[in-house]
Amino acid sequence: MRNLLLYVFIFAFSGHLYSQNLDEILEKESPKKTNDVLGTFNGTRILNGHSIETRDKGILEFMISHRFDRINTGFDQLFGLDDSNIRFGFEYAFSKDLTVALGRSSFEKTFDGYVKYRLLKQKSGEDPFPFSLTLFGSATEETIKNYNPENKPTFKERLVYTSQVLLAKKLNPNVSLQLTPTYIHFNTVPTTDDPNDVYALGFGTRIKISKRVSVNGEYYLTLNSFESVNTKNSIAFGVDIETGGHIFQLVLTNSRSMIEKGFIAETTGDFANGDIHFGFNISRAFQVNKSKYDQKLY
Amino acid sequence: MKKRYLVFFILLFVNQIFSQEIFLEKDGYVSFFSHSLVEDIKADNNQVLSIVDTKTGEISIQLLMRSFLFKKALMQQHFNESYVESHKYPKAIFKGYILNLKELNSENSETVIKGILAVHGNDKEISVRAKVEITDGHINISGDFMVEVATFDIKIPSVVRNNIAKIIKVTFNLQHAPYN
Repeated sequence: MRNLLLYVFIFAFSGHLYSQNLDEILEKESPKKTNDVLGTFNGTRILNGHSIETRDKGILEFMISHRFDRINTGFDQLFGLDDSNIRFGFEYAFSKDLTVALGRSSFEKTFDGYVKYRLLKQKSGEDPFPFSLTLFGSATEETIKNYNPENKPTFKERLVYTSQVLLAKKLNPNVSLQLTPTYIHFNTVPTTDDPNDVYALGFGTRIKISKRVSVNGEYYLTLNSFESVNTKNSIAFGVDIETGGHIFQLVLTNSRSMIEKGFIAETTGDFANGDIHFGFNISRAFQVNKSKYDQKLY
Repeated sequence: MKKRYLVFFILLFVNQIFSQEIFLEKDGYVSFFSHSLVEDIKADNNQVLSIVDTKTGEISIQLLMRSFLFKKALMQQHFNESYVESHKYPKAIFKGYILNLKELNSENSETVIKGILAVHGNDKEISVRAKVEITDGHINISGDFMVEVATFDIKIPSVVRNNIAKIIKVTFNLQHAPYN
């Protein structure tokens, strides 16, 4: 009888010995995921230059960039507000990795077109990958009629090609860093002392100060530059604010131009001397084509 | 003596079979819907994991916030980065009990599921009316409920306050198959 009691006791508890905790089963059955790291930068620009980010498929981004004149032009010019340069651009994402764009700047009446391709993405999870890599290539054509009509330059002569490799890492939810080796080829240069090929290295950072606001910084070091013009390295500081479908960037920079060949190779402003342009970038994203999610359902 | 061992093993075996009856769903459906005068927002998640123990009525549901799919890619990006911060809180978890599970049949399939819903690092006790149908070994649980966005400390910026409803509707449909 005592033995029987013992057995019954054991049975009562053996169920619990072998029972599995529901959470343990869920843990075992949940798929192991690797995710792309999102939001290394708030938008497609750090300030003057591009970030590794691109838009998702089917999104058309309208970009307005504006730079006032230099603050040291004094009260008479309302510290630069009296004069300005703008660029507007239409940037379309054919896929989440490929963007093609067209833009036009008022400075030297320059048209620009670019292709941006996300080659590698930083990933976290089961199979992490340490950084993001985006390729950038642009061609620009200056169209301002600043030449002797008898000596009109050809289309080809005024072309400038820029290529960049954008390398970035999101160190933590608040800090991201980017390195941008750049190669610019000018078909025509002012004098024979000037190089047709300019090499530069860009440094960019973003520090998030709240959920939607960040402080950004950018510096482009030119490794060789024009001799005939006293060029300076491009510096930019700014604030990036993201609200719904808009991104607002307020920037202080020594560069007048808003395209790569302009701010990287042709900046003449001395930041320390007050040759500072206050400006802003506003981007608005429109979903013009159905995303792949839509196409899967219907 | 031998008879005693036989009884021992039979009882032990029997106890394993009936100590738990577990049912698992690996591709469950959960969606949420926000209606406002400016726009409607809807997102679907088809990778919901759900597990039920019919002996105790215990139910445990888990889903990855990143698996919610939106029609607008930008909305999905903002949802993850700024609203639910899925890099900080990757999962939404519900743990609770299905009341009166043993009394349910084809005529009487409505019941209440009570438990704690954890989203964005915040817990809330909820009580949800659900339909539980048991058909050839499968347990289907479906229903919907309303939940206040602010409860989970999800901040909506004033710029888009009119685009997102304060109370959203969550719909679920989970079909569990026997697990083992």
